[in-house]
Amino acid sequence: MRIYHFSEQPYPKAWVPENKSIRIVIPNSQCDPKELATIYHERLDEWLHADEMGLDIMINEHHATATCVCPVAAIPLAVLARQTRRARLLTLGYPIANRLDPVRVAEEFAMIDVLSRGRLEMGLVRGIQYEIPLSIRSGVGQMDRFWEAHDLIIKALSTRTGPFDWQGEHFQYPKVNVWPQPWQQPHPPVWITGRSPQNVREIAERGYVLATFLSGYDTRPVFDNYRKTCAELGRPVPGRDRFAYLGIVAIAQDRREAWRRAEIMSGYLRSSSIVAEPFNTPPGYFSVPDAARMLKGAGRPMVTTKDGKKVDAFKGELEDLVKAGIMFVGTPDDVTEQILEFDDKVGGLGHFLMMGHAGHMTHKEACDQITLMAKEVMPRLRKQAAPQVA
Amino acid sequence: MQDPIIEKIAGIDLEIVRQGRGRRLLFLHPHLGMYGAQSFIDALAGGAEVLAPSHPGFGRSALPKGMNCVEDLSYYYLELLDALDWREVTLVGASLGGWIAAAMAVKNTSRIAGLVLVDALGAKLGSASKGEFVDFFSTPRLRLEELYYHDAAFARRDIPDLSDEERAVIARNWEATAMYGWNPYMHDPKLRARLYRIHVASLVLWGAHDAIVAASYGKAYSEALPRGTFESIAGAGHFPHIEKPLELARRILDFVNKKASSRNTSGAKA
Repeated sequence: MRIYHFSEQPYPKAWVPENKSIRIVIPNSQCDPKELATIYHERLDEWLHADEMGLDIMINEHHATATCVCPVAAIPLAVLARQTRRARLLTLGYPIANRLDPVRVAEEFAMIDVLSRGRLEMGLVRGIQYEIPLSIRSGVGQMDRFWEAHDLIIKALSTRTGPFDWQGEHFQYPKVNVWPQPWQQPHPPVWITGRSPQNVREIAERGYVLATFLSGYDTRPVFDNYRKTCAELGRPVPGRDRFAYLGIVAIAQDRREAWRRAEIMSGYLRSSSIVAEPFNTPPGYFSVPDAARMLKGAGRPMVTTKDGKKVDAFKGELEDLVKAGIMFVGTPDDVTEQILEFDDKVGGLGHFLMMGHAGHMTHKEACDQITLMAKEVMPRLRKQAAPQVA
Repeated sequence: MQDPIIEKIAGIDLEIVRQGRGRRLLFLHPHLGMYGAQSFIDALAGGAEVLAPSHPGFGRSALPKGMNCVEDLSYYYLELLDALDWREVTLVGASLGGWIAAAMAVKNTSRIAGLVLVDALGAKLGSASKGEFVDFFSTPRLRLEELYYHDAAFARRDIPDLSDEERAVIARNWEATAMYGWNPYMHDPKLRARLYRIHVASLVLWGAHDAIVAASYGKAYSEALPRGTFESIAGAGHFPHIEKPLELARRILDFVNKKASSRNTSGAKA
């Protein structure tokens, strides 16, 4: 199992009760560039530390939000491609159905892959529903657009014979000719996030890494759908390296300190869903039957614990969120045990994406967490959750 | 209003209401679909033959693959007039429907005798940095309901309590609205410069209290139409066909009859 350190690069000072929506409509006057510069540098330093300690790196992007002040994942990726030496650089990811220009995406990926000498992991995501209102494209037909953008990006990165033209339904280009070619051939590995059976099937058919975020003990059926698709296609049982999961980690030598850190990090969960009503269910993002159901009133997002209890994925008690596999909290022994149990329950995990910094957590605390995960947890995970032999 | 039926017209299974006798009138509904239009259709049908379809993708009308913009709708409805061999038709479009009607009339008025735009969207008449219409998709649902009407009693608060089927229609209409009008938001940047081609008599009617798009926009719209006139509807917001159905229908029928009589007069002179 590989471990990736991740932070959303949040601006938690704006997570105050007066802000009824900390996404989409929040004015940027609430973000001080001088403070943000410190935040950017601290987060980058944490990723450098993760690289030195032997962890891998994950970056994401969001737009018009104080939960994640990284609207352009390519920028920290570019910095880290130059400044790190060995870590895999995962972006998870690029919201390609909302981006105007898939060819530009391919160019960014190619350049980062070369600059890092072949360390890019290319994550593609549909994007969170809240951010549809910022896009010049609506949520209608978004997955069609996603797959066409995907096809174009893959072709652009894989073509070695000069320009081709692209005249699709959603994107049209007279000449596509991406320079440079990527380091990894024919293109960097692809990861996609998904949960719905149809989406998981499309990911499995292409043999990509399937990732889910904070789906807790509801993850098993999602991964099983991937395995089922492989079986139906007559393919070998997929290895654990096809499965990735993102959870929040609060770790310290002292258990009480770990729970204190968990409390700080839970600020991310408590705040992340504070968004003005119209952005919760943008038209087209959900199917008509689902959207019709939501007109009755939006239910809380629930997640199942390992004991089968339903808890609120954002507002649940910390103990329940640990039992649900949303948070992994405690001493290195505790966290190792929790991750191994989760690994076992989902049927084998190849990539553990650790939100190792969140909310008001300090730089020093984040570095301590990275050190503990690298030195004390990772060796045991490597040993006990060794790659399967196919 | 009669119950709607599904009829295949010009290749699409369309949910329609066809009612009344007399001069022919095609009603193009707003983004709410046919919700609340019953009294208005009945009143119009007292003096005209009214065809009121649900646009492809709305209500129970089919949505053919590839149809996804108002340009597609406008060509489709011109084809519908050909298919039915309707002539001397008055187009009546409300809100989104007004945009569709204008997009038809700039292309071909050979079957169109008159154009009625009711609190119509579709044209960009102001500056780039300021939207002229309230953003439906960024406004809380109940707030939007309040903004739609002059009389707050019309605001729909019953949606959570409707049947699954009724809510599915609302969700489908909402999705279709996003498909046709997401971006550029509820307008076509090219439409304004093409309005000069509409040479038929054009009446722009506007709810005096429209809080979605101001009456000043409606006046500018009418001025951009070669034969445009502007009238205000007292006591109505964005949807006069729901709030003032009888008054609105009377004004439209007056317009249709006046047009007809002036045409007869000019015919006699010739």
